[in-house]
Amino acid sequence: MTPNQPNNDLKSKLLADFRTSEERMNGASKSALHQIRREALNQFDRLGFPTVKHEEWKYTNVNSLVKEVFEFNASSEITLEDLALLESSRLDGNVLYFVNGRYQPQLSKIVSPTSQLSITTLADAVKTMPDLLNQYFAKYADYQDNAFTALNTAFAHEGVVIKVPANTVVEAPTILRFVSDARQVNVASQPRNLFIVDKNAEVKVAESFRTLGDQASFTNVVTEIVMAEDARMEYYKIQNESDMAYHIGTTQVYQQDRSHFYSATVTLDGGFIRNNLNIALDGSNCEAHMYGLYFPNGRQHIDNHTLVDHRKPNSHSNELYKGILEDRATGVFNGKIFVRQDAQKTNAYQSCKNVVLSNDATMNTKPQLEIFADDVKCSHGTTTGKLDEEALFYLRSRGIPKVEAQSLLMFAFAEDVIKKIKIDPLREQIERRIQAKLAR
Amino acid sequence: MLTISNLQASIGSKEILKGINLEVKAGEVHAIMGPNGSGKSTLASVLAGREDYDVTDGSVIFEGKDLLEMAPEERAAEGIFLAFQYPVEIPGVSTTNFLKTAMNEIRKYRGQESLDAVQFLKLMKEKMKLVNIDQSLLSRSLNEGFSGGEKKRNEIFQMAMLEPKLAILDETDSGLDIDALRIVAEGVNQLRSPERATIVVTHYQRLLDYIVPDYVHVLYKGRIVKSGPKELAFELEEKGYDWIKAEVETV
Repeated sequence: MTPNQPNNDLKSKLLADFRTSEERMNGASKSALHQIRREALNQFDRLGFPTVKHEEWKYTNVNSLVKEVFEFNASSEITLEDLALLESSRLDGNVLYFVNGRYQPQLSKIVSPTSQLSITTLADAVKTMPDLLNQYFAKYADYQDNAFTALNTAFAHEGVVIKVPANTVVEAPTILRFVSDARQVNVASQPRNLFIVDKNAEVKVAESFRTLGDQASFTNVVTEIVMAEDARMEYYKIQNESDMAYHIGTTQVYQQDRSHFYSATVTLDGGFIRNNLNIALDGSNCEAHMYGLYFPNGRQHIDNHTLVDHRKPNSHSNELYKGILEDRATGVFNGKIFVRQDAQKTNAYQSCKNVVLSNDATMNTKPQLEIFADDVKCSHGTTTGKLDEEALFYLRSRGIPKVEAQSLLMFAFAEDVIKKIKIDPLREQIERRIQAKLAR
Repeated sequence: MLTISNLQASIGSKEILKGINLEVKAGEVHAIMGPNGSGKSTLASVLAGREDYDVTDGSVIFEGKDLLEMAPEERAAEGIFLAFQYPVEIPGVSTTNFLKTAMNEIRKYRGQESLDAVQFLKLMKEKMKLVNIDQSLLSRSLNEGFSGGEKKRNEIFQMAMLEPKLAILDETDSGLDIDALRIVAEGVNQLRSPERATIVVTHYQRLLDYIVPDYVHVLYKGRIVKSGPKELAFELEEKGYDWIKAEVETV
């Protein structure tokens, strides 16, 4: 890396931070986990932050992110009263709070018995379950070619490790609430999660991202999900961040035979967002369902990259992403489907639909299908257009004022995805937030 | 109730209505007939407030108010209803939900209290019978996957719910078989009253066997070229439009 690289400042600060924290680790720096961190740091050093010349980052320019100065893992005096400002939905289940990347046991509650569900912070897991981490940690999310995943891996200290034992159905949902407390300074955090769903087990997990305050925040999150044979999982990622928030996230899913993964990614607000959802279907008769909804306004930028890798025969993937773009917002959808030579009888569907409400808003869509097997059913389609004028006139001709008619049409458009959220209080909360955003 | 004077409208640079004059009184049914492309649907659309058309001259006074100054939703609230020739399919919005919103918006405009769920349902059940429409159809997405007949019945059902002062039926008979036509016409007839008026836009006379008009007007090249009693419709059915065209050309 030459010193005139635009991303030099944040990068060199991070490299220096790593060395400093390593010096404080003493013996722990020799652990297998830390060797991975060091390797990941070297990769990050080699890769640097991506520029728009990188095909995967063509429409998402991280230049302004790398120019910001952030305080990593900043302390926060957050209280229950502060959290009330976020008006989060009440969920009967396990709720874990992280503020600026740090676990907040006093705000969290774990109700599921450990026989059903083991929930451990990554910091604790490093001490209490090193074998498990050696087996799974950083084995799925690629830190060789993805600079942000490399960076997250290098700094992986906080987050959640969830393990569901075989043949266990966990009814209570688990929600991980990541709050950036940006009331005083620019803050950054790098949560790292690992979910292991054992054979024939079933679990629901949601990750929620919120911001308090008006300073800039940067969240670089990586979640690895490992599903054994016949495992079932519902996974939700809900983003409701500020206009000053930067969010780069990767969810890496690995599926074995007959496992069933079901996900919805809903981005209500957030200044600059990149979500990667990568699914490796490394088993036959698997199912993967991916739903997405994004609703940027102002100058928000929301980028969803999905990758489905069909490696074995007879699996099914289905994807529906929908976007509503207002003002000067920009959106990106990039959906890749690989069907490898062995993956005969694959069914893979992908659809991305967008409504662009303003002439200044931009949506870039790019479906990419790479099919190496000959007996497969694959389809993809993207549409980007304005709100249906004919439908709008129809509603108005019945007495519904223009603004309400527009809201009604947009809500109906979004509802397709919203109704896929099966945790009722979560869905209802999202419905309320969308109604509120539409009514603005 | 409605006075249209010298109404002229165009779409882009194309003049479609070239000076329409029409007077509709409460209690009357007027049929507007004419060959394809004469401007019938344009007239219906302009009255309902479709924004694709530019009104270049003339006036439309409805119950003493300037209709052309009003947004489509205001016209609806004032009591105008357009039954669409091609009802729009709206995925994700049920007829029930949309009608409830529409009714309460209109009530709000008129300074009336909102209907609660029970009152609304009661009214709906009553009006459903009028057009023989099934509740399951109404809880589905608006017009989505409906047959041609179901769409038209849904239009008349909405009309029955909203109880307009002036109903404009735009080619409501198109695409209907004779049974559906009868059901739709019966729905319309049951809503006839001394306080309300109806404008029936149609290409064929057959709808007028069921909805008997007080006056028939022939629209041709953007003008009303002939008006008469209901018998004019029979004459048109028998002789076609050519004699009218010939009459106009000689003048």
